[in-house]
Amino acid sequence: MTQRAGARTVLGPDEIGRALTRIAHEILEANHGADDLVLLGIPTRGVHLAQRLADRLADITGIGFADRVGALDVTMHRDDLRGRPTRAPQPTRVPAAGVDDRVVVLVDDVLYSGRTIRAALDALADLGRPRVVRLAALVDRGHRELPIRADFVGKNLPSARSEHVRILLDEVDGADAVTIEDGAA
Amino acid sequence: MRHLLTASMPRDEAIGLLDLAEDMHQIQDRELKKLPALRGRTVVNLFFEDSTRTRSSFEIAGKWLSADVINVSGKGSSVSKGESLRDTGLTIAAMGVDGVVVRSGASGAPALLADWIGRPVVNAGDGTHEHPTQALLDAFALRRRIHGGAARGKALDGVRVAIVGDIAHSRVARSNALLLPALGAEVTLVGPPPLLPPAAADGSRLGVRAEPSLDRVIDERPDALMLLRVQLERQAGKVAPSAAEYITGWSLTDERLARLGDAHLLHPGPMNRGLELSSRAADSDRSAILEQVTAGVSVRMAVLYSLLASDHPSAELGGAR
Repeated sequence: MTQRAGARTVLGPDEIGRALTRIAHEILEANHGADDLVLLGIPTRGVHLAQRLADRLADITGIGFADRVGALDVTMHRDDLRGRPTRAPQPTRVPAAGVDDRVVVLVDDVLYSGRTIRAALDALADLGRPRVVRLAALVDRGHRELPIRADFVGKNLPSARSEHVRILLDEVDGADAVTIEDGAA
Repeated sequence: MRHLLTASMPRDEAIGLLDLAEDMHQIQDRELKKLPALRGRTVVNLFFEDSTRTRSSFEIAGKWLSADVINVSGKGSSVSKGESLRDTGLTIAAMGVDGVVVRSGASGAPALLADWIGRPVVNAGDGTHEHPTQALLDAFALRRRIHGGAARGKALDGVRVAIVGDIAHSRVARSNALLLPALGAEVTLVGPPPLLPPAAADGSRLGVRAEPSLDRVIDERPDALMLLRVQLERQAGKVAPSAAEYITGWSLTDERLARLGDAHLLHPGPMNRGLELSSRAADSDRSAILEQVTAGVSVRMAVLYSLLASDHPSAELGGAR
């Protein structure tokens, strides 16, 4: 676990688990069932969250979701490639059936400026034409710079721009937590 | 300013570039082969030597990354009117291009250009010196052959590669002799003694082994055999074997293919069937020759991306100066 000193825990493992279960139910409710659902996580942590949501959807519906979950890397579509050090892309994995005419739920850990999602929509358009695209985020911390909103949110977390919101997941970080810390710290 | 002038690079950097090429390789499976990463960037392919596959490969790589790609060839340009390399380079740079891919018959020309023009330069083959993207695509194709879909992050540790042909005059051999050992491969240079480099022959300054007999190397059952093109245009007046002697000693004939076992076959192309290798060898399932061509686009996309995408390229990706 890599939680730093001065960081305040906003969500613990149980709360993260409950938030994901709730999002899974909301996805099914909004879609009137599991038909055509495809989950695409945005690397790194969005991919693990998408997998967890897929596991929950499989539990709830009794339908296998293994071939309905994937990863969507947005690196090549970012609008800040020039200004930042070279970013290494991560693999994109799209279910064999593709995204055409599917209901694609993009899954990310934190919704912040909205620029990652803008890039994700472009990346998705290169792969095909989904019937509907929805957005699920574990945390919405505000400060949008683009007209983008999430359809499913685990936790609204009002924050100052100077604060750091960190999502820790067991698969990557060894434990589940959402923390917030003062940028000055 | 960063460039790709040589295939000599640290192991981690080589693996990073190959992994990046794996990401780029995914575009092959797509209907829409276009990524916006280099939108608004302009790349000039400055080719002073004939080349079809390398130039087209760089052109496709640049275009799939949305860069504007302009081809300038030596023939028919101001170069044939006597303009110097420096003036040509400065003129192209003054037009506002972001990167230059250069192929030249003169060893060292890309390095000179890199010093002069203040833009990232990619060496697409210079004289008998180096051809770094060829070595990278060879490593990429071989890594995929060996590790399949789980190639990411992997090197070529313990993989035994024999490079066969006119080693002394081959920039492909030189770049591979630099890159493959950095990835952990054991390289043997095979060819007629007059065409083996003296440094490798007398104790291997490159850290690779030289062996004149292809038959002995085949008996050792290497993991991969890289057959170099017999470069007729570079042989004029040289001490070299005749075609008949070459076939007898160093061609991958059907008989040698049968003894070779399941080694992967590589060839940088264009190949002379019946000279460097038999048609049966070229068309066998051991041949990775067309995979090398596909790999070329992915590797060159990775190189262009790592040199041109960011105004502040990180140290981890891309060939070192």
